[in-house]
Amino acid sequence: MAIRRILIANRGEIAQRIIRTCRELGIESVLAVSEADRGSLPARLADRAVCIGPPRPADSYLRAETIVQAALGTGADAIHPGYGFLSERASLARLCEQQGIVFIGPTAAQIEAVGDKLRAREEAEAADVPVAPGGAVESLAAARSLARTIGVPLLLKAVSGGGGRGMKRVDRLADLPAAIELAAAEAGAAFGDARMYLERYVGESRHVEVQVLGDGAGGAVHLGERDCSIQRRYQKLVEETPAPGLPEPLRRRLHESALRVARRLSYRSAGTVEFLVDVTSDAFYFLEMNARIQVEHPITEAVTGIDIVARQIAIAEGAGIGRTQSDIRAEGCALECRINAEDPARDFLPSPGVVSEVSWPAGPGVRVDTHIEAGSQVPPYYDSLLAKIIVRAPDRAGTLAAMRGAIAATRVTGVATNLAFHARLLADPEFAAGGVDTGYVARLLARAA
Amino acid sequence: MTLTAKDVAEITRLLEESDFDELYLELDGMTLSLRRTGSAELADETASSADRPRAVAAAERPRAVATGAQPTGPLTTPRDDNAREHTVTAPLLGTFYRAPRPGAPPFVEIGSEVEPDTVIGILEVMKLMTTVRAGAHGRVAQILADDGALVEYGEALLRVTRID
Repeated sequence: MAIRRILIANRGEIAQRIIRTCRELGIESVLAVSEADRGSLPARLADRAVCIGPPRPADSYLRAETIVQAALGTGADAIHPGYGFLSERASLARLCEQQGIVFIGPTAAQIEAVGDKLRAREEAEAADVPVAPGGAVESLAAARSLARTIGVPLLLKAVSGGGGRGMKRVDRLADLPAAIELAAAEAGAAFGDARMYLERYVGESRHVEVQVLGDGAGGAVHLGERDCSIQRRYQKLVEETPAPGLPEPLRRRLHESALRVARRLSYRSAGTVEFLVDVTSDAFYFLEMNARIQVEHPITEAVTGIDIVARQIAIAEGAGIGRTQSDIRAEGCALECRINAEDPARDFLPSPGVVSEVSWPAGPGVRVDTHIEAGSQVPPYYDSLLAKIIVRAPDRAGTLAAMRGAIAATRVTGVATNLAFHARLLADPEFAAGGVDTGYVARLLARAA
Repeated sequence: MTLTAKDVAEITRLLEESDFDELYLELDGMTLSLRRTGSAELADETASSADRPRAVAAAERPRAVATGAQPTGPLTTPRDDNAREHTVTAPLLGTFYRAPRPGAPPFVEIGSEVEPDTVIGILEVMKLMTTVRAGAHGRVAQILADDGALVEYGEALLRVTRID
């Protein structure tokens, strides 16, 4: 079935990104906006914008029924959820299934399977993909005995968490009971699910993820990996592809593992399988699967030439992946910097406000995904992502040089940004050498202090 | 978790220094809503949050808010409760029905006299019906939304001329 009109249930740069592909494909776009986003750039770029509610996400972007009603009322045949908000809530996918609206993403059952992190772990194990030693916290006594087997330090994770949320490190076995009690209470409040599980803490590790596309019938291809080790408090700041300095056999094993998970789930649409790679041993462990488009997808697009949003739409139409694994070739290197409205001088505190002046970099191999222009509001209700700057060059050194130039050419006034952080990172020899672990940013920031 | 008067004063100061009209703070089951005088009414509390304790304080508007925002599509009409005209706006996005069922006479027509709690229409969101009330005593002067139309959040549905 050809999709003619898509309702985009998101905001910010990803809304703008999806609108762009809709235009290229001759598909009409309807953007669902909150009151705070009525005047946004994506609201003007879309063929139509409909106001779905007040600024607070709980009253607008998180209301599945309202989103589906907006799609029905505007004659949209499909909904693209973007990332965040309702993208990984099975409720929206299920409502779409009930109302005969195409959900551009996985099935509700697949979202549930990977949203339950313990179940996702079991699926990975069943697909013969290594997971860090661990298991469910059934009772305190069982957790104690499991923790003794795993050894400390270990991580206590929320079954409904993910992306670094709902996670606690336990360094002494004696601390375990209190940590479980506290973490379960927090998880219950945050996710409505107090279930926890334990996993061995992998010390010096890199975060490497693999982009997959599945046709929903057991067929899947991968589009290579992304190294997302440049994180601060589990929030990614910079991503690159390919992962620098990864031994070739390990890279292949990561790709194959991701494909096995996708095939086992008969996964439909674009998804990302995340792994922790132990720097000291080259061992790797399944971390989680994200059943949606990823913020950092453009670096994969930059090296493969594949428009992932267009592939999502084609798969949703039932046209399949449209590529075989041998069709897919990654050429060169790509790097992405996330430009956030946050102040590194004030511990990266979000800095909402009005952007007074802005100029983004341009040039060969430079792409900027943004919803920000002079006069744009950065409302306090949503994330602080202003733009993603993506550069591609034939080799990594060229990519770094291009990104240094791009960051230097970027100017944003009116709100604080992390541009200076990026400049510093790009000038650091350790980052330039490649292959840093997830603790690197904390060490870099501590050096300055 | 409790907030002292000093905390509220400090938060009020932060709002004054910012470019925002409204602040909504939620801490351990306690919520604080702050709004500058003269800015649009605080968004109606939804059913899910209606039972939360709520403290409302108003801060003087220290300066005009710089904004690049231009509303697109149908305009949200600010509720101007002092004027003779009262506009009833959609409390949520949904399909607007002027009558309780197809073929039935409309709830109100132009010229109908309404009380604040008179039902003027129904909004449907996924088979869930929300009644919309006039919110003022007066006479229906204008009906702006068509029966069966999708209306956006904040869209003007009808205008009432107040009767003193």
